[in-house]
Amino acid sequence: MKLHEYQAKEVFADAGVVVPDSRLATTADEAVAAVEAVGLPAAIKAQVHVGGRGKAGGIELVHTPDEARETAARILGMELKGYTVDRVLVEAAVEFVDELYVGVTMDRSRGQPVVMASTRGGVNIEAVAAEEPEAIAREHVDPAYGLHPYQARKAVYDAGVDRDVARDAAGVLRTLYGVWDERDGSDAEINPLMVTEDREVVAADAVLNVDDDALFRQPDLAELADEAAADDLEARANEYGFDYVRLDGSVGIVGNGAGLVMTTLDLVDHYGGAPANFLDIGGGAKAERVSNALDLVFADDNVDSVAFNIFGGITRGDEVARGINEALSGFERVPKPVVVRLAGTNAAEGMAILNDDLVTVEETLEGAVKRAVAAAAEVAE
Amino acid sequence: MSAFVDEDTRVVVQGITGGEGQFHAEQMIEYGTNVVAGAVPGKGGQDVAGVPVYDTVAGAVREADADASVVFVPPAFAADALYEALDTDLDLVVAITEGVPTQDMAGVKRRLGETDTALVGPNCPGVITPGEAKLGILPGTIFSEGRVGLVSRSGTLTYQIVDSMTQRGVGQTTAVGIGGDPVIGTSFVDALDRFEADPETEVVVMCGEIGGEDEERAARHVAESVDTPVVGFVAGRTAPPGKRMGHAGAIVSGSGAGTAASKIEALENAGVPVGDTPEAVVETVSDLL
Repeated sequence: MKLHEYQAKEVFADAGVVVPDSRLATTADEAVAAVEAVGLPAAIKAQVHVGGRGKAGGIELVHTPDEARETAARILGMELKGYTVDRVLVEAAVEFVDELYVGVTMDRSRGQPVVMASTRGGVNIEAVAAEEPEAIAREHVDPAYGLHPYQARKAVYDAGVDRDVARDAAGVLRTLYGVWDERDGSDAEINPLMVTEDREVVAADAVLNVDDDALFRQPDLAELADEAAADDLEARANEYGFDYVRLDGSVGIVGNGAGLVMTTLDLVDHYGGAPANFLDIGGGAKAERVSNALDLVFADDNVDSVAFNIFGGITRGDEVARGINEALSGFERVPKPVVVRLAGTNAAEGMAILNDDLVTVEETLEGAVKRAVAAAAEVAE
Repeated sequence: MSAFVDEDTRVVVQGITGGEGQFHAEQMIEYGTNVVAGAVPGKGGQDVAGVPVYDTVAGAVREADADASVVFVPPAFAADALYEALDTDLDLVVAITEGVPTQDMAGVKRRLGETDTALVGPNCPGVITPGEAKLGILPGTIFSEGRVGLVSRSGTLTYQIVDSMTQRGVGQTTAVGIGGDPVIGTSFVDALDRFEADPETEVVVMCGEIGGEDEERAARHVAESVDTPVVGFVAGRTAPPGKRMGHAGAIVSGSGAGTAASKIEALENAGVPVGDTPEAVVETVSDLL
């Protein structure tokens, strides 16, 4: 789960990180009141779950209340990569002489937390990591002990941070690790961590992503979840509790298990079609989930045909078949051709239950995908 | 003994009194697995699925001589159950639980490194040696005895490929699902080593997916120290960057790391043929046998 910048800053500030004075605004009037409170010049920053907000025009510096009003009016309601901006952070501009980077994440390959520091803040740090990995100093953390203070100092010194701010920067890194550890972070970042002329360090941006699997023990953060998805279908999938990703092809896909669903997408592509979505209905899918999944895929206007592929381990083929029949019998006419392939537990029973008038049944995955691709091509003609 | 388990493996089921734990304990026993005990705090003295339940894993080891565990404990308590299992020096722990917090697993993995125990999972379907034993939730009926070892990050993709192999008369020595989480116990490299050491495994199928670098590391390992022929598959060629494809670990990062293309290239450079489709994988395997 991603926190917005203003939410992450609040968490970091509570932990002792210095952040610029700021106010949240949802209207142009509020933005004007906000600049009067925090002072000018100020930055107006779109609060959406999208990377590269600045480049996309979602962050602007303003120097007068009028400019604040105009800019806020323009950014509020704008679309950034499919997300509509409904709130902006109005923040006192920080005059800086240097921009640092500090971050904490899980190094998957070692199964260990890693803290990072760099003097190359203010830019896309992933690009720096790819092109100049040596520009980022890293320290792996033994989870049995946590981050030793010396490790935070070492990361900062190794990164080449100026000596007169190194102590403060290391302090911020320790605080950041503490937040990451206590709040079940998956990523915590401050980029840039600005160094002012007075040699203070200030968090000008903030990222805190929280492990979805740990939200049960972070109830206050779970409440901050902003489910505003890039489109209505993804929002509906969230409600149904599906793993769903919308793509731009015409073959709708429903399946169980991430690897097999991804493989089904790849097969659609392999046989000349284009997948419209990733939809994993999960293990042990009951009739209701099956019927919700079909509703969701039918609701996508881009979808011309549906490939429905279930390999039952825990999931039982007869239950899936009943769900398909139930979902489709509600329609006077099935809106889009559906090709079904069932395998595994109770697959034969399921195949026997399926209503041939409503769906096309295929015995193999390849067969089902080819048939769905062909059906989509027919509709397109 | 085959790569991970055999008919003599003595299994304790942690969480056997829960719905899933009991159902799958029964399924494992029906398959022929030597389930000797359950372990659930506060439930000691009961009988479930025909085996005695102990309050602690240590009790199951002491009284029933268990040497492997299968864990069905809910996510909030899973790490604790894994520490308990690791502290009793079992040979193998298989964690089925889905949704274990990643930071919990980092702690478990740290402890794992101090033991001689192998951990498979979490969020995985388990391990099966056809005709002998299964530890987990894999549907036993699709497997058949043979000479192919299979390791995969995905459960249902494993079933798809195994079913196809079985229908063509290509049987398996062992299949292991290592799970799709960011931090897991047994990696591809660990599983490949097990198959390399198993004289009955003549070909290994390795099914990867987008996210992380485990496939790339496995490719380097194959080039350096695996003689058994390996056939690869990578799911997620059409996955867009920045979107999590179901598994917590299955995500191509914004910078493009963890793509299917990078994994396929690494495997092919290591001399591992990578099938475009599951069927192509099975064909390559049959040709190699």
